[in-house]
Amino acid sequence: MSVEIEEKIVATNGLKTEYMVLNMGPQHPSTHGVLRLELELEGEIIKKVIPHIGYLHRCFEKHAEAMSYPQVVPYTDRMDYLASMYNEFGYAVAVEKLLGIQVPERVDYIRVVMGELQRIASHLVALGTYGMDIGAFTPFLYCFRDREKILNLFEITCGARLLYNYIWVGGLSHDIHPDFVRLTKEFITYFRPNIKELNDLLTNNKIFIDRTANVGILPKDTAINFGISGPNLRASGFKWDLRKDDTYSVYNKFDFDIPIGEGLMGTVGDCWDRYYVRILEMEQSLRIIEQAIDQIPEGDVALGIPKRIKPPVGQVYSRVENPRGELGYFIMSNGSTNPFRVKVKGPSFVHLGVMNELCKGYMVADIIAILGSIDIVLGEVDR
Amino acid sequence: MKTAQDIFSILKEKFEDSVQELVSVLPVEHFITINPLAIDKVCLFLRDNDELLFDNLMNLSGVDDANGRTVNTEDGASKIEGATLSVYYHLESTSFRHKVALKVSAPIDNPDVASVALIWRHADWHEREAYDLIGINFLNHPDLRRILMPYDWEFGHPLRKDYKDPEYYQGMKVPY
Repeated sequence: MSVEIEEKIVATNGLKTEYMVLNMGPQHPSTHGVLRLELELEGEIIKKVIPHIGYLHRCFEKHAEAMSYPQVVPYTDRMDYLASMYNEFGYAVAVEKLLGIQVPERVDYIRVVMGELQRIASHLVALGTYGMDIGAFTPFLYCFRDREKILNLFEITCGARLLYNYIWVGGLSHDIHPDFVRLTKEFITYFRPNIKELNDLLTNNKIFIDRTANVGILPKDTAINFGISGPNLRASGFKWDLRKDDTYSVYNKFDFDIPIGEGLMGTVGDCWDRYYVRILEMEQSLRIIEQAIDQIPEGDVALGIPKRIKPPVGQVYSRVENPRGELGYFIMSNGSTNPFRVKVKGPSFVHLGVMNELCKGYMVADIIAILGSIDIVLGEVDR
Repeated sequence: MKTAQDIFSILKEKFEDSVQELVSVLPVEHFITINPLAIDKVCLFLRDNDELLFDNLMNLSGVDDANGRTVNTEDGASKIEGATLSVYYHLESTSFRHKVALKVSAPIDNPDVASVALIWRHADWHEREAYDLIGINFLNHPDLRRILMPYDWEFGHPLRKDYKDPEYYQGMKVPY
């Protein structure tokens, strides 16, 4: 309502209009965790969204200061618990940079395979739960069925299904299982047609498109200014992937494309684009795994693990392309066996900060569609 | 693509005293130390200058330097002097692909740092986090509240090195 009309109403009959405040959460099935959104509404229209976070705050960074470098690894698992492999990967890369060591090539290849499998698993959860948020229950079951296969692969590798403690500084905790290569190849053949199935089931579904296309549009400039990264940034039409643009590990040896949002169903950077970029990325991850799995060199994966990690005084900011975006570790060393300061720049934390910008002017029901499309994990938001 | 040395020279010429020095630390990361009250002007210049275009703030982290030394006062008690809190900014240009790190340090008794939240909106939540966990006071921040700790937390800033848990919070025993 415009200010003039409002003033007129107040002047004529003494009635005052004000926004209604609605609390969404902390317990709400579609917030994917404990998150409270304070909404200011004018009827059904959203005027302001204020996210309140911290319900899962464990102060990982304080814990890290009291532990030695290798002991931090299991804690990184528990931040983004849907992409644990990649959190460890990022931490290991950062500490290795601080120490100035190079890991054996076999380790790098296995890390990439695990990382990309994790990316598919994480995207499957994102896509499945997104469908469920919108009201399509069946795709969720299909996605989880396929994710289960990836978790089985992780289970034969390191015994855990969710929190792995697998990628260590300088190496890996175990070598891969003798059957791992065969099973992974089988998984690729099995999974590839399922992406098409998911497209038929959900991506091109009329109801799904109506709910997501032209909703929550994030222009490219705004996205960069807000520090958005990963699939959400690419959906806004910006070709930016740290695996190519600031490469790490052995990603420069593989041939893969970076899909970006093209606004096929609506506008570039809307919810549907953010969803669809993830579908396309799974295909690319399969390509990377296919190339890497055949080239894994022989060697010992635990040989390079330092007995005692005591980096020289210094600091490093190192980042990797997590399934959700840019996961950065800022690690300061004062020369002792414990890190002096660890700061995690988590993509979910950053992406939640843009909620107000994304939701303004849309309807209350669209909040569910927007929040699901940016794909946050509250364990990482609150750390 | 510009090196840290080039960027330092450009900044030094433009801002003189506000830009202090170029420090190299392991493993080959350079950072430029800046006056905490001038950081917003320097950042605005870095973002908008045609040769630099640092459009992406990668990370902003507050640090308790724990660098004070204990001094005995005349009445026998001891106090800590010279301790500082720091903020590190890691910037990147998505068009030129160069990076730079900045550092500001403010005394722990009066930790005022100019906010960059209106230059990169990304900094908004990171500054709130640095305020919440370290206790750095960002001047001209649009909405400086606690973010991760409860809003009614009155027992200090947990990432300070001298932080002690309170015994009770809202009637609940804290140390377990």
